[in-house]
Amino acid sequence: MIQLRPIYVICLREFKKFFREKSRLLGTLARPVLWLFVVGNGMSSLIRPQAGFSYLQFIFPGMIGMTILFSSIFSSISIVWDREFGFMKEMLVAPISRLSIVIGKAVSGTLISVAQAVIILFLIPFLGIHVTIAQFAEVVAVSLLVSFCITSLGILIAARLTSFDGFNIIMNFLVMPMLFLSGAMYPVSAMPPALRHLSQVNPLTYGIDAFKHALLLNATPPLGPEFPISLDLFIVAAVSVIMITLAALSFRSKE
Amino acid sequence: MVAEAFFMSIIKVHNLTKHFKTLTAVDNISFSVNEGEVFGFLGPNGAGKTTTINILCTLLSPTGGRAEIAGHDCTKDPDEVRAAIGLIFQDTTLDAGLTAYENLKFHAYLYNLDRKLTERRIDEMLAVVALQSRKHDLIKNFSGGMKRRLEIARGLLHYPRVLFLDEPTIGLDPQTRNTIWDFIDQLRKKEKITVFMTTHYMEEAENCDRIAIMDHGRIIALDTPPRLKEMLHGDIITLVTSDNQRAAREIERVFNKKTWAENDGVCIEAERGDEFIPKLLQALSVETRSVGLKKPTLNDVFLRLTGRTIRDEGLQNDREITREFVRSHRRAQR
Repeated sequence: MIQLRPIYVICLREFKKFFREKSRLLGTLARPVLWLFVVGNGMSSLIRPQAGFSYLQFIFPGMIGMTILFSSIFSSISIVWDREFGFMKEMLVAPISRLSIVIGKAVSGTLISVAQAVIILFLIPFLGIHVTIAQFAEVVAVSLLVSFCITSLGILIAARLTSFDGFNIIMNFLVMPMLFLSGAMYPVSAMPPALRHLSQVNPLTYGIDAFKHALLLNATPPLGPEFPISLDLFIVAAVSVIMITLAALSFRSKE
Repeated sequence: MVAEAFFMSIIKVHNLTKHFKTLTAVDNISFSVNEGEVFGFLGPNGAGKTTTINILCTLLSPTGGRAEIAGHDCTKDPDEVRAAIGLIFQDTTLDAGLTAYENLKFHAYLYNLDRKLTERRIDEMLAVVALQSRKHDLIKNFSGGMKRRLEIARGLLHYPRVLFLDEPTIGLDPQTRNTIWDFIDQLRKKEKITVFMTTHYMEEAENCDRIAIMDHGRIIALDTPPRLKEMLHGDIITLVTSDNQRAAREIERVFNKKTWAENDGVCIEAERGDEFIPKLLQALSVETRSVGLKKPTLNDVFLRLTGRTIRDEGLQNDREITREFVRSHRRAQR
């Protein structure tokens, strides 16, 4: 069922296109930089550092999560592009399994997101925190998991999306709420109960919490991590498995 | 004889039917295509040609009936069928952000072509469609004709036994259209493949060995172009007169021939049209404004079978709606 050569070539195509479209790379990297240094610095004057951590440092894990969120959703939405411009047909009539197409898209989307998350990590020297190699590796490992989870979610949506018109709806009613209700910009515990419950069913919340575990050592809530790391990893992994399974299933169906 | 002919068929379709909600796009059709043949599906937009191709190439499941390619069932063994066919769709399916070489290489990997063979085959096919010099250019800089040629090269890259061409020259200028046909002819000789194509251009259908004329999801005639034209008895004379209806009545009474209306004129079939015209003019009491004589074309065959020309304006709109319906429905299913 899983064919390696098609998966490899689907990934290769995505990487080539990603590095050719400089504006896309620039866009996904400019956003977190803007948030971090414009919004982050602006808010820092309002929010006092707690237990040695500033607001700027607090939102950094959230910005890694945001980079992954946007990158993964954009990667998987490329399926809708492929369908609109006909290229999907080239894959659908080839003697390869639907599962291989889904895995190819998931792996390429994941790796592109991780690459961007790693680029964001090079901003660390500007934030005044010290990160060891072990912490760096931990962040990369968590990035892999979170990227895979969000990419799979994106593929599931893209498989259902019949035209590009639905894209704005996805951005406004899924991606932005996922970002705002993830503890990226303000702690989950500081939210009103209704929003807090929504945050608790958002897989990105746990992904970002895991980044906080890795980057904000010894920080305590509200600015530090708010859930146990084991819970974070378990939820992100479980959601990943569910999403990729549903994505593969929805791809298989045809009349 | 019959058994032998059946043995040679590479495509076998039996009672194939496809419903989309309330619309019957393909209505119980049966036919077979022999190996090495150029087989054409001719019909107006929305006749069910593309739906049939999509079933044959495993993109759609039929509602009823069976389709088989190179001995493999299109529903039960889709992967075997896919490996045996090459496709050129109506709309381009190239990745505009990749180069010609990258598009072909992607294809080779999907079809699991041997690595060494891939490079050789890519160069070979680019030479056939005369695009060697554009090997490393991005598709977005290609013209419509170049894209089509590259798609043909790609469709043949994996040595398919059947090449499907869905409206291969739609939207191309006549010159490019001719070039594409030259390529298809060459390929046929070189690669010994079966070609299955759909078209609503009559001139293109004339290039086929056999044609199935399709209308409203049904095959209404299937034969070689000359034999189809024999269904009409000889030449077609078109008269434009001051009173066409009266002319038609007179012709039917005097010569005992059937007439039909086309555009602004009255049409009659005659075996030797050139000799018949003087007799005709003598017999008519109405004033004749113009006389036309032509050899029958497939368009006339279609008109004769359905009572409409293949590109009837009102019909076209109607068909476009059906087609849009089928398309949007297809999209929704994916």
